[in-house]
Amino acid sequence: MSGVPLTHIIIVSSLLFFIGAYGFLTRRNLIAMLMSVELMLNSVNINFIAFNKYLFPDNLDGLVYTIFIIAIAAAEAAVAIAIIINLFRNTRSIDAEDADQLKN
Amino acid sequence: MNLPMNLLLIPLLPFATFLLLGIFGRKYLSPVAGIIGTTSLLVSAILSLQAAYSYFIQHTGEVYTSIVAWKMTWLPFSQDVSIDIGFMLDPISVMMLVVVTVVSLMVHLYSLGYMKGEDRFATYYAFLSLFTFSMLGLVVSVNIFQIYMFWELVGVSSFLLIGFYFDKPSAVAASKKAFIVTRFADLGFLIGILILSYHAHTLDFPTLIQRLTASDSTYLTSAIGSSFLGFSALTWGLVLVFMGGAGKSAIFPLHIWLPDAMEGPTPVSALIHAATMVVAGVFLVARLFPIYAISCPGALELVMWTGAISAMFAAIIACTQTDIKRVLAYSTMSQIGYMMFALGVAGYGGENGLGFTASMFHLFTHAFFKALLFLGAGAVIHMIHSNEMKDMGGLRKSMPITHITFLIACLAIAGIPPFAGFFSKEEILSAAWNANKAIYYIALITAGITAFYMFRLYYNIFWSKEAKHDSHIHDEHSHGEGTLTMKIPLLILSIGAIGAGFIPFGNFVSSDGHHLHLPFEIANAIMPIGVAIAGILMATALYKKENDKSDKIVAALGGIYKGAYHKFYIDEIYLFVTKKILFNLIGRPAAWIDKNIVDGAMNGIASLVMWKANLIKSIQSGKVQDYALYFYIGVFGLAILAIYLVK
Amino acid sequence: METSALSFYLISAFILITGLLTVFTKKLFRAAIWLLSSLIGIAALYFVMEVDFAAAVQIIVYVGGIVVLIIFSIFLTNNEGVSMPAPLSKRKIFSAIAVLCGAGYTVMLLDQHVWMAHSANAYDPSVKKIGYLLVSNSPDSYVLPFEVVSILLLAAMIGAIVIAIKARPEEK
Repeated sequence: MSGVPLTHIIIVSSLLFFIGAYGFLTRRNLIAMLMSVELMLNSVNINFIAFNKYLFPDNLDGLVYTIFIIAIAAAEAAVAIAIIINLFRNTRSIDAEDADQLKN
Repeated sequence: MNLPMNLLLIPLLPFATFLLLGIFGRKYLSPVAGIIGTTSLLVSAILSLQAAYSYFIQHTGEVYTSIVAWKMTWLPFSQDVSIDIGFMLDPISVMMLVVVTVVSLMVHLYSLGYMKGEDRFATYYAFLSLFTFSMLGLVVSVNIFQIYMFWELVGVSSFLLIGFYFDKPSAVAASKKAFIVTRFADLGFLIGILILSYHAHTLDFPTLIQRLTASDSTYLTSAIGSSFLGFSALTWGLVLVFMGGAGKSAIFPLHIWLPDAMEGPTPVSALIHAATMVVAGVFLVARLFPIYAISCPGALELVMWTGAISAMFAAIIACTQTDIKRVLAYSTMSQIGYMMFALGVAGYGGENGLGFTASMFHLFTHAFFKALLFLGAGAVIHMIHSNEMKDMGGLRKSMPITHITFLIACLAIAGIPPFAGFFSKEEILSAAWNANKAIYYIALITAGITAFYMFRLYYNIFWSKEAKHDSHIHDEHSHGEGTLTMKIPLLILSIGAIGAGFIPFGNFVSSDGHHLHLPFEIANAIMPIGVAIAGILMATALYKKENDKSDKIVAALGGIYKGAYHKFYIDEIYLFVTKKILFNLIGRPAAWIDKNIVDGAMNGIASLVMWKANLIKSIQSGKVQDYALYFYIGVFGLAILAIYLVK
Repeated sequence: METSALSFYLISAFILITGLLTVFTKKLFRAAIWLLSSLIGIAALYFVMEVDFAAAVQIIVYVGGIVVLIIFSIFLTNNEGVSMPAPLSKRKIFSAIAVLCGAGYTVMLLDQHVWMAHSANAYDPSVKKIGYLLVSNSPDSYVLPFEVVSILLLAAMIGAIVIAIKARPEEK
């Protein structure tokens, strides 16, 4: 794996991040938006581990942060899905376009 | 004896009553409000009689000087100009003090019966007290601005009292009309004050008069020197001040509010619109009389002619009115016209000042008999529940006291000796004879008409249709002739109407403060008496018995009668001027400017904001993903900034 | 090119392609499956990078937990078979521009950047070290954040339950 430059790994994670961002911005289904968020979180995790491995091999802080992020992502997914289900029960829709009560 | 303190109590007692009744009256003091008001005014009246006694009778020396009993600088503007509040005694103010307090006391007493059972009894007395206070403050003013303030206060209390029955639309309209017309006239007064004080550099009465009459005064030169539209500033100032006085005194052509003001309670009409407030204009001219007489005879001539026209004009209208209070209102207007032209024919000092004395004399006697007439009419209205002549007639048996006192008052106003009106009117006529023959004849004819319409009124109320009123009299709603408190003022005032003429008035009031012997020649008196008797006889012939003679005359007169009945269409002219001309020429453009330019600017700003808001409103779509996109762009922008700036 | 490098590129391509499919697929359930593949690919990437613990956690938590949760929610909102409505074209354009600019800019920055390694030692992400780092009483351990995260998880769980079981408001 030493043949792979750090830059390439980071480019992969960045692209994954922007794919997720695009999904978050365009997907109309709330669950699909949540999936896009997961992609973005994962790209961050890749970054952490890659930096940790290549630049600070003495410590494991990046790895620990990755673990924390995974835990928090789990919590986030649980809450988000609860919200989505509640919204669905109230409006019979999980379309983000319909959830525009902020305007009123 | 502490003179200033006693004097100050004269206006302050009614003021205290006003505050007391105004604040606590309706809730706590309603049953005793009348007693409180009357008592405090009784004290005021006694104090002012005492003041008159000590001023006139205990007086030593040849000349009555004006005494400033108390004075406080209230608003100093500069070294010279300040607004003061004070208490000035001179012959006319002392006379007015007596007139105002006595008539007001009578009215207070009378109202105890007349307004009994009224819902807002305490409020009524509070307003009466406010009026009395303002009127007293007006007559003792030391400062032309003080007089202006009390002038407006008088206007306000008049407004309140005319509109006392505020659930009656006509009363509300009348009170507004009175207020607006007099207020309009007061605008002239204010401008007049400003012109005079600008040139005289003072607001103080004695100083003002002194500066604008002394022939070597630089102030006078400046006032005469500067001119506008061909008249000197002095003339303008005096004419505008007279305009204020004319508005308050219902002098033609600013008289239109007075007949309508009869919508107020009758005692109020007696007090305000007959005896006291309406003579405020005469008082004002009398107060500034030296300036008019010495420095600006032109303005005085205007006073004379408007007074004479007003006297004649109102007398003619009075002949045709059928509402008894309106007849009295026009008669008041006519008599005030008398006072005005009497001032107009007078000169300053000595024998020339006869008109001045006569005017004040007439003011004094008129207060008594006109208040008496109004209170008598009030008693009639109280009994009949109507103001219309056709509902009355044959009341002499059921209302003996009212009948006798009313007759006395009618004789007094008609100028039959030895009643009060004869003496004062005689003085006026001889003053007019000396000064201006045309005025004399106008006055003489007016005197005849006055006698005629007063007796027309008298016969229509107390004689004429005999049987018609039995039903009214035995009506359970009828109050009879009224309570004792209503009769006593009638009797006291009729004593005044009989006796006031015998007061040697020239000894007390004259234009320059010196004693003036009033000439009395039988030869001069024959003509007025003859004319008055002719008027009375004519009225007797036409109205004593119910007949159709008067109708025939009406038919013969045709258009003239109709014109007079419609008050010569003055109201209509005003309506035309205000509605058509003022409204179209000033109101419409003002409304247009307001609508299109003022509002337009506001609307323009608003719609600009709205337009912009609509442009940026779409940002606030409420859509999560839109917000996410803005957030993303923001973060991206910040990241770029951070990268290039921090590096 | 050595095997690990080759596998890295292959895995990277797999991750990106499945990621793109996750974002572009019309059917929601398929998107979830593509997401699952992408997450497994990331786990594989961790394996290739020799961070076994992270890979294991990735598979256990993401693949075993979150994706299952998402699939459950798809079933609950029962529109698994339906095509999702297409994004608004206006938003699609703006988002694409924003994302492409962002990606291009980032790649450009990364391309220019020279990384400085702070140490030449070998990377040793053994479970034992991680365990000491997470839950030991040494001053530089992460025990406090660890506990905070556990409390956060508990709170999130309770919160999710509270939100999800809230009764539908009474029909008026």
